[in-house]
Amino acid sequence: MTGATLHDVHFIEPARTRNYLNVDYGVWSWLLTRDHKRIGILYMVSASLLFIIGGFFAIMMRIELLTPEGDLLTSDTYNKFFTMHGIVMIFFFLIPSIPAVLGNFILPIMIGAKDLAFPKLNLLSWYLYMIAAVMGLVIIITGGVDTGWTFYTPFSTQYSNTHVFGTTFAAFIVGFSSILTGLNFMVTVHRMRAPGLSWYRLPLFVWAIYATSVVQLLATPVLAITLVLLMIERGLGVGIFDPALGGDPLLYQHLFWFYSHPAVYIMILPAMGVASEVVAAFTRKKIFGYKFVAFSSLAIAFLGFLVWAHHMFVAGISVYAAMIFAFLSFFVAVPSAIKVFNWTATLYRASVSWNTPMLYILGFIGLFTIGGVTGLFLASLGLDIHVTDTYFIVAHFHYIMVGGAVMAYFAGLHYWWPKITGRMYPEWWARLAALLVFVGFNLTFFPQFLLGYLGMPRRYHAYAPEFQVLNVLSTAGASVLAVGYTLPLIYFIYSLRFGRKAGPNPWGAVGLEWTTSSPPPKENFHETPVVTWDAYDYPAMMKAVGDTQNV
Amino acid sequence: MMLADFPLFPEQASSFARDVDTFYIFLTVLCGTVSVLIFLVIFYFAIKYRRTPQNEVAQEQEPPKALEIAWIVIPFFIFMGIFVWGAWLYFHLSRVPDDALDIYATGKQWMWKFQHPSGQREINTLHVPVNRPIRVTLASEDVIHSLFFPNFRTKADALPNRYRTMWFKATKTGRYHIFCAEYCGTQHSGMIGWVEVMEAADYQRWMAGGAEGSLASQGEKVFQKYACHTCHTIDATGRGPVLIGVYGSTVTLSDNTTLKADDNYIRESILNPQAKLVKGFQPLMPTFQGQVNEEDLLKLLAYVKSLGAMRLPPGAAPQQPPAASATSTRGTP
Repeated sequence: MTGATLHDVHFIEPARTRNYLNVDYGVWSWLLTRDHKRIGILYMVSASLLFIIGGFFAIMMRIELLTPEGDLLTSDTYNKFFTMHGIVMIFFFLIPSIPAVLGNFILPIMIGAKDLAFPKLNLLSWYLYMIAAVMGLVIIITGGVDTGWTFYTPFSTQYSNTHVFGTTFAAFIVGFSSILTGLNFMVTVHRMRAPGLSWYRLPLFVWAIYATSVVQLLATPVLAITLVLLMIERGLGVGIFDPALGGDPLLYQHLFWFYSHPAVYIMILPAMGVASEVVAAFTRKKIFGYKFVAFSSLAIAFLGFLVWAHHMFVAGISVYAAMIFAFLSFFVAVPSAIKVFNWTATLYRASVSWNTPMLYILGFIGLFTIGGVTGLFLASLGLDIHVTDTYFIVAHFHYIMVGGAVMAYFAGLHYWWPKITGRMYPEWWARLAALLVFVGFNLTFFPQFLLGYLGMPRRYHAYAPEFQVLNVLSTAGASVLAVGYTLPLIYFIYSLRFGRKAGPNPWGAVGLEWTTSSPPPKENFHETPVVTWDAYDYPAMMKAVGDTQNV
Repeated sequence: MMLADFPLFPEQASSFARDVDTFYIFLTVLCGTVSVLIFLVIFYFAIKYRRTPQNEVAQEQEPPKALEIAWIVIPFFIFMGIFVWGAWLYFHLSRVPDDALDIYATGKQWMWKFQHPSGQREINTLHVPVNRPIRVTLASEDVIHSLFFPNFRTKADALPNRYRTMWFKATKTGRYHIFCAEYCGTQHSGMIGWVEVMEAADYQRWMAGGAEGSLASQGEKVFQKYACHTCHTIDATGRGPVLIGVYGSTVTLSDNTTLKADDNYIRESILNPQAKLVKGFQPLMPTFQGQVNEEDLLKLLAYVKSLGAMRLPPGAAPQQPPAASATSTRGTP
């Protein structure tokens, strides 16, 4: 190799000063923007605020659980806190985080498009999200809600005297934000790919977001219907779910999980997409088994619709129904395993960089693996009876949601931060934060597996004294985790002004987003790119670099 | 800290506990080994192939198809093995032994009420004999609760307006936790109690003390209090079906379908008699929805069950009114 490196691989014309950030100024240029990049930033700011609010509830719960007695919060307050932690984190952070923040910003650039297919619809999605978020905040301030994020009936319809109606209405509205975003991405991927960018040349992030969009589009309306039925029962006393009125509470659970199980995949599929991008970029290698990874996303999206009743093994479904749902649940483990094996195999004979995004993703693979295999425990009927509704469940889904989805979100933020802002974050601090998050996470949630098997039920404000040691460990871990999450907030803001200028391709990565300037111009590319290479085609890039040198 | 002070398993106190723990340990070892292997491979590759000036670019390789197929097919068969083991345990747990002792449990915000066939009532404490299968018939008075015995490795949700059964066989005397495992409102974490597992002789002694007659005999009083006996007579002359021998039998309904008269059928026939009308009877019975509380319902159920164990004289069919007196004045169960 001569002096050129992969960092030189980009196809931009001489730097232009105008980019999407400085093309317009003023509040209205943001609030009325139709630029997918600016909308991505709007989502980033609002989702971060909600992450902080959801995190506050988590911290308060962990402090309460330091002692077996319920001594810091009242029972009602504690119940409201875990409810609002769940609602805020799931509906307002995890579901929109990767698709609406990173997907919004990067997906159109990845496929060489100027914007999403429906820019105004995209802005409307953000406004729906904000309306729901503001409703949620008003509800929190005026007393909150205590049903658990699952809104199980008849508790939610007849017994709770908190803001159930308003909260379900907010969830109903934010659902439409999710549906419209999914629709937008789906049409964009079908209709707006650059010339030459065939399906099998798409980055795996695009495949993952596409699969997610399918789930958003098909599952979320069921949630909307379910919540409307719930509001009708609560508001008008029509018997749908409440047996005292002739309804069936298990019907509610079936309908709720028909959405909410696929919703797990709305949260984790985009994370898998980020993992594939980062693994490819930081090993400088094509993802091992590209097509297997791509189709495993679609397989997960499809199978995710067939397993919902595994949340109900002790709820009163028949033995044979339970067997069928358990059987199908093991199926959905296969495509997840395929991804883990393929990411691992990609590292073989690679050029592995230990930069922050890769650290997060290596952590992601490990934590997702633990979250995945403990899912096998829960899908196993005889064992699920003991561990369901205990801290084992809490640990399991936090390994998937936080260890998986949030780790991947942070990986993606660091990976695309130079593209989004044009500045590098401070690498040393970022590595430290990644380490703190990994250690803090495991210290917080691993003890909860043990607690669960010992029999500590979830959603307990006070608990039996023998569970204290593990709870103290968990709270200690949560404080480490809190520091780990606070650091990026500080250094990201710091880097906006003081960060090193990134240049178009700081990672020496391939992919259309690294061929345009950082930050990108308003229209993403000055000329429509023509794609003649496969995704992650490093050899072709190297050849291109070699050719530049020979000229 | 001593390892003994730091248990990883709750004490095994039921016939089911050891089976569940064995399965759990197997899964932990299997999944733990696979996970650790994956982590080791990741670390090994990430260090061995770390980026250096000599290793700026990866060496591409053509992925062998056989490897992909292997790591699809092998996990699949392992998963199926796990499924079969877990399903076998579950199936075992769903089959209540015939000689089980009956206990009736009601969840209510925020307490557990237990009723014994011998008539004892307890709140948040349950006395059971050791080494005897116990069948718990479970319902809720309000929201969904879940009766959880960690030391027995079993739980079941208590649903409003529906009976469910769960069973266990305690194998060790002692005092063990009862938790509510399904979030049920303010005092969810206070909806806890103790199950006292006693030697058979101690249990007999406990049973002998302080009950106002057996649950079935209390049920008979409730039966009379609501004047059920005026229609459900002991011979076939009443307006409602004779209840002797009904429980557990096959009943023919007015639309000619048949069903087994189980707990939920008896419950529904009291609360909503018109829902499933016995063939040959008129819909005369009033609804008792909202009038009979859960405890009285369980007493009635115990009484009807006790009648179910009786046998009618040969030739008499309890579900059918005798032809001679089959008039339009007959009611329903």
